[in-house]
Amino acid sequence: MNRFDWLSELLARFQDEHILLYKGSAVVLAPAHTLNVDSEDWASCAAQTKKYRCRFSALWAQQLDDELQLNACYEKQGDYLVLRTKIPLDKPLIHSITPHYANADRPERHCHDMFGIEFKKQPDNRRWSRHKAWQANQYPLRKDFPVAGFNTGLTPPDNDYPFLSVQGSGVYEIPVGPVHAGIIEPGHFRFQAVGEMVLNLEQHLGYVHKGIEKIAEGRDAHRVVKLAARVSGDSCVSHAWASCLAMEKAALCQVPPRAVWLRALMAERERVANHLGDIGAIANDVAFGFFFYQFGRLRETWQRLSQALFGHRLMMDCLVLGGVTQDINQQQIDEILRQIKMLRKEWRELKTVFNENTSLEDRLETTGILSPDYAQRLGCVGYVGRASGQDFDVRRDLAYAPYNKLQVKSPCYNRGDVAARTLVRLNEIQSSLDLIEQICQNLPTGEIQTPWQTPKAGAEGLGFIDGWRGEIVVYVRFAEDNKIDRFFPRDPSWLTWPALEHLIRGNIVPDFPVCNKSVNGSYSGHDL
Amino acid sequence: MLKILTKVIKTGVVTEKFERNADLERFGIEIKTLVDKQFAGSLSIRAVDVGSCNGCELEIHALNNPYYNIERFGVHFVASPRHADALLVTGVVSRHMETALLRVYEATPAPKFIIAMGDCAVNGGEFGVSYASCGAVGNVINVDVAIPRCPPPPLAVMQAILQFLKT
Repeated sequence: MNRFDWLSELLARFQDEHILLYKGSAVVLAPAHTLNVDSEDWASCAAQTKKYRCRFSALWAQQLDDELQLNACYEKQGDYLVLRTKIPLDKPLIHSITPHYANADRPERHCHDMFGIEFKKQPDNRRWSRHKAWQANQYPLRKDFPVAGFNTGLTPPDNDYPFLSVQGSGVYEIPVGPVHAGIIEPGHFRFQAVGEMVLNLEQHLGYVHKGIEKIAEGRDAHRVVKLAARVSGDSCVSHAWASCLAMEKAALCQVPPRAVWLRALMAERERVANHLGDIGAIANDVAFGFFFYQFGRLRETWQRLSQALFGHRLMMDCLVLGGVTQDINQQQIDEILRQIKMLRKEWRELKTVFNENTSLEDRLETTGILSPDYAQRLGCVGYVGRASGQDFDVRRDLAYAPYNKLQVKSPCYNRGDVAARTLVRLNEIQSSLDLIEQICQNLPTGEIQTPWQTPKAGAEGLGFIDGWRGEIVVYVRFAEDNKIDRFFPRDPSWLTWPALEHLIRGNIVPDFPVCNKSVNGSYSGHDL
Repeated sequence: MLKILTKVIKTGVVTEKFERNADLERFGIEIKTLVDKQFAGSLSIRAVDVGSCNGCELEIHALNNPYYNIERFGVHFVASPRHADALLVTGVVSRHMETALLRVYEATPAPKFIIAMGDCAVNGGEFGVSYASCGAVGNVINVDVAIPRCPPPPLAVMQAILQFLKT
């Protein structure tokens, strides 16, 4: 089965542009197709893939001896292409692809801060992930940088980040964060406003940079799966799944079907839990307390069943290499189905309130509009993309197991406002409940775990999973003795954070919390 | 409006009573008694994430859902450290948040107490100490209460607050 109908056409376009292609592979990073190119052609490749309407998905680098390998992952119609090139470590210079793909901006700046790669013609050469914990000439992900770093004493605050400034009569600035008023993660937002209207917003993230990529190196693969679950705690199942998938591909490990289906069951439960919580929180940000308490209540009952089924309210560490830790019996399946029936009934009642309530309509509709055109240019995924016409769902379009055997209904709208993002999530709850029912009814029998076999050094793998925020990409490369040589988890938030900067413009400052909540980027998943 | 009212009446009060969740009610009443005595009826907590994965935050949110409804025992979460009696700190202290944490600590009026919530805050968890992380909260400021587990469920947080109030 080959779904890559478009690859040969793209390759022909590359040839027309005299782009030299070296040994490619459909296996190394399956399901993605890998192509090696010259570093001189890096940007012209991006120009071609852009013209060919491929979406930019992820960018990561790794050090291989005295070279740096750069990887760019593109997607079209659910098929993935990874372009690779190498540049010398002592002269790490390459053309930026940001002029072609706006959303490659932060990933490139991250690569610069972590590896010291200079991107030529990169329109924004400010630092991104680096604050003051290491120096401008130190690069934590290079092999000669010790994991302990060179820290002596207190890390000073990052008070000289060069924000864009706006001047004019009546323009004022609002700095917010890193410590916010609510119970949320830290990050800095810099607003320029006139009266109540936001002229511009700039984000400054990286406050919860915990060195995840670096500390994974040299760590045993089993422990890296635990680390992966903590890339973003609200997505612990999806991130662990994506990492397991990448490692299992590297090790050619066949996971028993029952385990695969149980993983999907947990991932859908995670999606429902987060949507329930966030819909309540969105309503709370426009002072509609009724929804906050109703959805908070539903989320709590949902989490309690997760605890009863899998021994953890967030289902953390329930996924391991080769399978899952917990099986469920028929009685538990009945319990799941019973709860779904109840939730459906409550959902219908609350959906009617959502549709008919004029105060919600007044505050959510036409608030924080992300046009389909911008969403496409920023490569937005998940509910942010699907509320703005970007009809992409990894479960449906890549159809990884077990979704190849399931009916995935993915809601999509074009309005792009907070109401549309909320509606996508309301309807995703429904489709997840459908999926859980299908999973419960067709759960294969058999083992839930297979023994793990250590892959050989240099084995690599790529995992794609649709988390509740959207497409998660994880790259792993093994060293000797089951140790990890490179671990790169790309949270969907990398692709949705920039959207917030756009959709808030022209809105009033008091609507920022609800706009932010409707996007709900992960700080931890982004800062790494 | 009628639909909202109907739903409200049909839902009733889900906040857990003695017979539904004995632990919750017992901890709660004890907390209330001590909060009344030691904090004149209200204990204000400021939540500070200095490097959490957001797992702990989800469980702090749960404390405010109608099941636990921790505010009924006089414990509430405030928007500024200047209003707080206690800091509830989550996550390893990322080096990029080190100064911010110290400033939050200084901004909190004395007497104050510091609760480290979750394995990361208690002992560094999966992240530990590195070029990017100072590790456990205790490496940066003095900790009075430690709540282990990853993340601790809402009831464990209440239990820990109670135990501290008792000592």
